This record gives sequence, C-alpha cells and structure tokens, in this order.
Amino acid sequence: MDSNDPVAQWNGAVLTLRDKERDKTAAKKKTNGEPDLADASNTDAFVEFERVQKSYDGETLVVKDLNLTLPKGEFLTMLGPSGSGKTTCLMMLAGFETATHGDIRLDGVSINNIPPHKRGIGMVFQNYALFPHMTIAENLSFPLEVRGMGKSEREAKVTRALDMVEMGSFGGRRPSQLSGGQQQRVALARALVFEPELVLMDEPLGALDKQLREKMQFEITHLAHQLGITTVYVTHDQTEALTMSDRVAVFDDGRIQQLAPPDQLYEEPANSFVAQFIGENNTLEGVIKEISDGRALVELDGGEVIDAMPINVSEVGQRTRVSIRPERVEYNKERLQEGVHTLKAEVLEFIYMGDIFRTRLKVAGNDEFIIKTRNAPDQVRLQPGQQIEIGWLPEDCRALDA
Amino acid sequence: MSDTTQSGPVLAADGTPLKRSLARALRMQKVRALMLIAPLLLFVLLTFILPIADMLFRSVENRIVSDTLSETVVRLEDWDALSGETPDEAVYESLYYDLFVAAEAKEHTKLGTRLNYEQTGISSLFRGSGRKVDDIGEDHVKAIERASDGALKDEALWFEIMTGGSNAEGNTALLDAQRLKMEQLTSESFAADIGFVPGAEISELFPRMAVAYTDFALFTAVADEDVVAEEDPWETVFVAFAHSVQADGGAEALASYSGPGAAELQAAAAAIADLEPIAFKTAFLEIDEDWGDLGNWRTMQTYSPTYTSGYFLNSIDMQKGPEGAEPRPENQQIYMTLFVRTMIMSLMITGSCILLGYPVAWILANLPTRSANMLMILVLLPFWTSLLVRTSAWKVMLQQQGVINDVLVWLGLVGDDARLVMINNQFGTIVAMTHILLPFMILPMYSVMQTINPTYLRAAKSLGATNWTAFWRVYFPQSVPGIGAGSILVFILAIGYYITPEIVGGTKGVFISNRIAYHISSSLNWGLAAALGSILLAVVLLLYWAYDKIVGIDNVKLG
Repeated sequence: MDSNDPVAQWNGAVLTLRDKERDKTAAKKKTNGEPDLADASNTDAFVEFERVQKSYDGETLVVKDLNLTLPKGEFLTMLGPSGSGKTTCLMMLAGFETATHGDIRLDGVSINNIPPHKRGIGMVFQNYALFPHMTIAENLSFPLEVRGMGKSEREAKVTRALDMVEMGSFGGRRPSQLSGGQQQRVALARALVFEPELVLMDEPLGALDKQLREKMQFEITHLAHQLGITTVYVTHDQTEALTMSDRVAVFDDGRIQQLAPPDQLYEEPANSFVAQFIGENNTLEGVIKEISDGRALVELDGGEVIDAMPINVSEVGQRTRVSIRPERVEYNKERLQEGVHTLKAEVLEFIYMGDIFRTRLKVAGNDEFIIKTRNAPDQVRLQPGQQIEIGWLPEDCRALDA
Repeated sequence: MSDTTQSGPVLAADGTPLKRSLARALRMQKVRALMLIAPLLLFVLLTFILPIADMLFRSVENRIVSDTLSETVVRLEDWDALSGETPDEAVYESLYYDLFVAAEAKEHTKLGTRLNYEQTGISSLFRGSGRKVDDIGEDHVKAIERASDGALKDEALWFEIMTGGSNAEGNTALLDAQRLKMEQLTSESFAADIGFVPGAEISELFPRMAVAYTDFALFTAVADEDVVAEEDPWETVFVAFAHSVQADGGAEALASYSGPGAAELQAAAAAIADLEPIAFKTAFLEIDEDWGDLGNWRTMQTYSPTYTSGYFLNSIDMQKGPEGAEPRPENQQIYMTLFVRTMIMSLMITGSCILLGYPVAWILANLPTRSANMLMILVLLPFWTSLLVRTSAWKVMLQQQGVINDVLVWLGLVGDDARLVMINNQFGTIVAMTHILLPFMILPMYSVMQTINPTYLRAAKSLGATNWTAFWRVYFPQSVPGIGAGSILVFILAIGYYITPEIVGGTKGVFISNRIAYHISSSLNWGLAAALGSILLAVVLLLYWAYDKIVGIDNVKLG
C-alpha cells in the first residue's frame, strides 16, 4: 500500500468495468434529461420496483403501488417523514421484508424469493450494527469469510477497505473503542468490502453531530461516485437528501410524491407536500380566479390578487395553496418586475443571522411569512413595524393543490 | 490523613485542607447511605455471615479433648505412640482425676462421642468407665473413713483441713486456676463466690489433694448450689491423700503438717499403711481392658491439640495415623467419590439446562411482548410450585410402575418385565434437578438475549451469512454472557442441592450435600459436616476463580 489515494487503488483493483458502466449511465442521464417516474422499460434499469405493495396487518397498506427504477451507479435517496414507508421499501429491497404484492428486480432478476444473504447487497444500518465481539478487522473480514475467501486475500481486501475510509490503523480495535464517526466509517467499509454493486443505507448519519454529519455526507457521496456503486439512501433529513443525491424520492403516505434531482425538487415541487417538506416555504391560500397557458391569477382569502404558476391546478374556482420560497420574495420596488401584483406587508421581526437576514412579515393575514435576504453592503435592513410592499416573479410562485 | 508535608496541602476556601473538607462533606452522605442499608447489612451479618463463620470454625475446632482431659493430654504428649506399650502410670493417674471430674460434670460422654468419630468403641469405653471410676481406690477410701473412729467422715473437718483454719493463708491462685478449668470443661461460668479458698499450707504439702478438693468445692457450690462444708468430699480427695502419703516423701510431708486435723490425717495414713499403693493403670484395666488398647490412646493423643486437621482429612477419605496423614481403609472411603459424583452430575445438569434452556430463552427474547409474557409465566410456573411437589411428581413419572414406564409398556416399546429403571439412580436425579433448575438458566439467558439487537443478525445476513452462520458467528457469541451467568447459577445451586437427590437419588444419585445433611442432623458430627461444607465452598470459589480467569467475570451478565 504505497499509494496516497486508497480509493483510486480500490477502483483500479476492483472494477474498471463498473466504471465504464457508470460513465454510460451518466451519459445517458444527460441525454435523457429528467428520468421518468414509471420508466420500468428502461433497459439500463438496475433496481426495479414494480407495483410493489406492502401491508403488515392485512388492513392498511404501508407501501401503496410503488414503481421505481434505478440505473446503475445512481445515488438515490428515499426521503420522507417517519411512517411514510421509505424504510419498509429499503427492507424489502434488502430482503428482510417480503413484498405483499408486486415485483422487485435486481439487474433484471426478480429477487422476491431470494434470501437476504444471497442478494449480495451491502447495507449500512442506522446503529451501524458492528459486531461488538469482533475487532474492526474481523468485522470487515466477516463477509469475505462467509464467501469462503482465502486468508491472504481477505487481509488485503480488509486493509484496502479500511484505508479507503481512513481507518487503516484501527483494525485491531473493538467497535466500542471507536467514536460514532469512526464506527460509521467502519460500517461503510464493511458494507463495501465484499464489493457489492448495490449499497443500502438506512439513516446512517442520524446519530452523529452536525459537523461530523456534514463531513460524512460529503465522504459517502464521494466514495459512492468514485466506486460507481448504486446507492439507495434512506433519511428523513432533507438537507442530507439534497446535498448527497443524484435523485430524491420524496415519500409520504406510502407513495412517492415526487422523484427528481435535488434542484428540481427544491425549485419545482410537484405538490404542496413536497413544497412544505423540502426547505423553508411560505404558503398563502386562495382560489384560482383565472388560468391560462402557464399563468394563473389567485385570489387570496383576504381578497388580494397575486400571479402564480399553476402546477397541479387546472380549473377556475379551485382552491389552491400558493407556495413561495423565502429567498425569492422581493421588497425592493426597483427590482420588481413591471406589472406584477404586489402585496402589502408589515414587518414583525428582523433576525440577523450573519450570512443572511431573516425577516418575519404579516402578509394577507399570515403572520408567519418569512423572507430571507443576503447580507450585502447595499441591503436594506427592515425595521419592525415598517410597512412594505412585496412581490415575486410569477414562476417562483407555484399554485399547488390545497 | 492527607499527605501534606511534601508539596503543601491544597486548601479549601476556609483554610482547612481540601481533603479534610471533602471528607467532611461526603461523610454525611456516606452515613446516610449506610443507614439505609444498615438493617439488611445487620440481618445478613447475623443470620448469614456469622453462622457460616461459626460453622467453618467448627471444622478445625477440637477443644473438647483438651478441655475435658486437661491434665491427661499434657502427660500423654510424652508418650511414644509407636513404642508398642501403653502409657505409663502417670498418664493413668491424670486420667483418673480428669475422668472423675468429667463424669461428675457429665461431660465424659460428649468426649466419648467426639472420639468415637475417629475410633469406634471409645464412646462406650468412656460411658462405662465414667460409671465405675469412683470404684478406684475403694479400699483406701474405706480405710481412711474408718480411721480415728470415722472422724474423716465429717464434712466440716475436711473443710477445715482444706482451708487450713479460719485465719490461714489462702491459695487463691489455685482456686482461680481450677475455676478456669471447670469453666472450660462445662462451658458455664464458675465466677461465683463459693465460700472456700484452699489453704496455702495444705496445697503446698498435698497439691493433688488440694486440687481435688477445690474441684469438688467449686462443683458443689456452683453447679449443685450446696454449701461446701456440708457435703461429703469426692472420692478423689481420699484417693489423692492416700496416693500422696504412700508416694515417696509423702510420710515426711504429713509429718511436717501441723494444721487442723493433723492427728486425724496421721491416723488415716496409719490405717492405709498396710494397703498396696493405688495402681491406677491396673485399676483402669480392671474397669475395661480397652484402656490397654494402643489404638484408643493413639486416638486420644492425636486429637489432643485444640485445633485439628482431622475433620478435613476425614472429608477426603484420609485419617491421622501415627505417622501423619494416611488413606482410610478402602471400605471406609466415601467422600471423594461423592465429591467427584457431585461435580460431574452438577456439570451434566448444567449442560442439560443449557441445551434445554437456550432455545426457550431465544424464543422468549424474539416473540412479541404479549406472547413472550405468556411464555414467561410458563417458565416461572415451577417457581410457584413447592419443590417437594415437583420432585414427588417426578417420582410418579419415573418410577417403574410410573407414568412413563406404563406408557412405554402400553406402546409395546418396553416389555412389562423389562421396565426401565429411571429413578433412585443418577438418571432420576439429573432429570428432576434439570427440571427444577431450568428457570435459573432461562432467566439470565433471556435477559441477555433481549439486549442483543436484531439488526446484528440482519447485518450478518446482508453481509452474506446464512441463517446458521449468522446465528453461530454473530448471535451466539453475544449470548455467551447469559449462558455464563446461568451456568454459574445452576452449577452452584446444583452442587449444594440435597432435597431432590435425597428423594429421587437412591444410593447412586445422592450428592455430597446429603452427607453433610446427615452429619448435621443424624450423626451430629458437626465438625465433619463443617469440613465437608468448607471443602465444597472452596471448590465453588476455585471454580469461580477459574471461570473468571478463562471466561472473565465481567462477561457474566444478568441483563
């Protein structure tokens, strides 16, 4: 081991072929643009859920009609509140739960009846699940042993995997002697050491503190992409989902509410649940007054009228919930677009947060309306009690389902 | 308290050394904590630790021989047990006085019982001799009583002789020495004022007589609660007088005596002048020829020290011979066999408890709470049934005309004339005790298994392990502390068990504890019982130590 970059070594030693495939996938993604939610016919599909349903008690469905396709090398995050069915999906994929209905395919082969140990899927658990009675090296060696690998080969692979997560000198320690972050790295190395093509992670960073979590987020993504591993990552932390993933599947009520790359998810939420769940969001409720090619006029409950972009509303008179991101609200009259509707607002609170200013306003009867502004030299600092006028670009204001 | 000379003490804000300040601050807390546990501590100390310490002490304690035959054992020290000859006259002489007092105090039978543990027949020897010991020197006693027209039949005269008159100098040292001797002999207090002090002159001229009379006086005043001057002295006083006078220098001593009753004593000496001097050895051999038996004397000599290893030697099938420890005759060896059997059977019981308990504990730990609670009640059910009932139930099940045999015969698996023997042997003991001790194995296993996170198994399977490998490599090692805790519990309980082996064990299936119980309640050989118990305790501690060395005691978890 004389190289400075263990990951590069790992890559070189392990899977040049997989890299090629990953490149292919990446190229395809570029040309394809937005991947389709129900694109089961995709020939490159590596993991497929087809009409999968799951019920524990025979009365309620925890997972309702799930269709999902993952190409090779993708980093997909399942995001959702607890009880939304995301962990159940992960467990079905790992083989610890059986689907009540539907088909789960891995590399084109149905794995419904394949026991977990034959699926060859690496998994990182929420509590790491490092075997406490084994040393770190023994933990890593375990998956290789059960595959009947020779001793010298095992040792080489264990060393390489430990180097990859920068834990090379910890092989002789016990899990209890490591910190949370170190255990996390070891768990990751153990899930990767037998070179699975698919790795599942079940809220692996939940127990770490904020700083470490951010560092690990970066490292995990970095590793996954470098090794070209297909990753399914489960979390309820939206920041984590946004920063790490190629695509995010937002789960709620047993369904995927939206499946999209992070930027699209944030900027173009498909429904009000996604809008609420991802990032900070201002909502105003009202009724559609006019609707015509990509523009809608919404009459708020207080009688004010604003411009919005209709997303999943189609008829005049329909109730709607309008969603605007705090950083897209403008109160500087000079920067407002000509002819758009504006709203009167009263400043309730001004919070100085260093890099940004956060101001709470009362707008159209809603006193939880937040705006965020960058701390720039020319920025106006609003004072509580001040009466201002706010507005936004119509495409930033999305009229969603009520 | 605090080491302050070298670097200077760290001071608290008020200038007192910090350590003292801290100690004072913590003292209240400690006292309060101690008060909370004080009742339990006291209870445990009084009802557990002290009795155990007392029992253990009995395994080496052997005061009874030197307390009862205080003078004899001293004289016997010089006797060479390998010489092939009985001890000399002096030993028999001491034996006479010791045995006489012991017989008066009725302590000689206890000594007989004690020595009978070591040498059969000594008990009856002591009991018989105790009755006849006052016949020794009979002729001399009668002659002395007849002398001077029966003047020495007068209790008051004897009292005067022995005190040396009302103003004579007293020998309180002798009185205190005999007081102590009597206290050791009878384990009762002889501290009372007895209204008698031996005279200094008489105790110098006739020391043996003074001792004999003092013993008599003490016993009469304290034990019988009579007035010394109104009671007939013991025969030992007469015998001591006769023996002293007829011994070398006795006549001169008598001649120099001028105290009270000098004339009467002179007359008494003259009356016994024609009689042969008293021969104690011959007299004892007349009472019982076993007093000429070397084995008896050897036993007395061997067991004369205050502390003895005899009980322990006995516990490991050895005995004290003339040349130190030696194995007992083969037909008397029993304890080693029992120890070994107890160990092996306890191990087998522990083993079968592990085999039967592990799956149950596993199911308990993996079932949903409600069904687990139901099953737990079933596990605990035996605890709520009397031990005797459970054991007797096994008797019903296992005996030759019992349920199992009947079923087997009915099924035709076993012939009616070839019914299986499943009780009153080791098999019966193992089956019944496994059943009784099973909960002690299941409970610690269960509580350890409950703490094993099921994700470990999932992790192992996701890493490619089959169900069996995942269990054996990942789950089982983590459940070992539970097995360890259960095994220690079951094993220690098993080697001390005696009710169940007693009922279903027959002769082949009894444990060492049955023998201990026998010695405690039937043979009353508490010393041997204590020695056996001590060995058992030592073995347990040794195994515990070994377990700690091999497995590590912090690996034992009860939850």
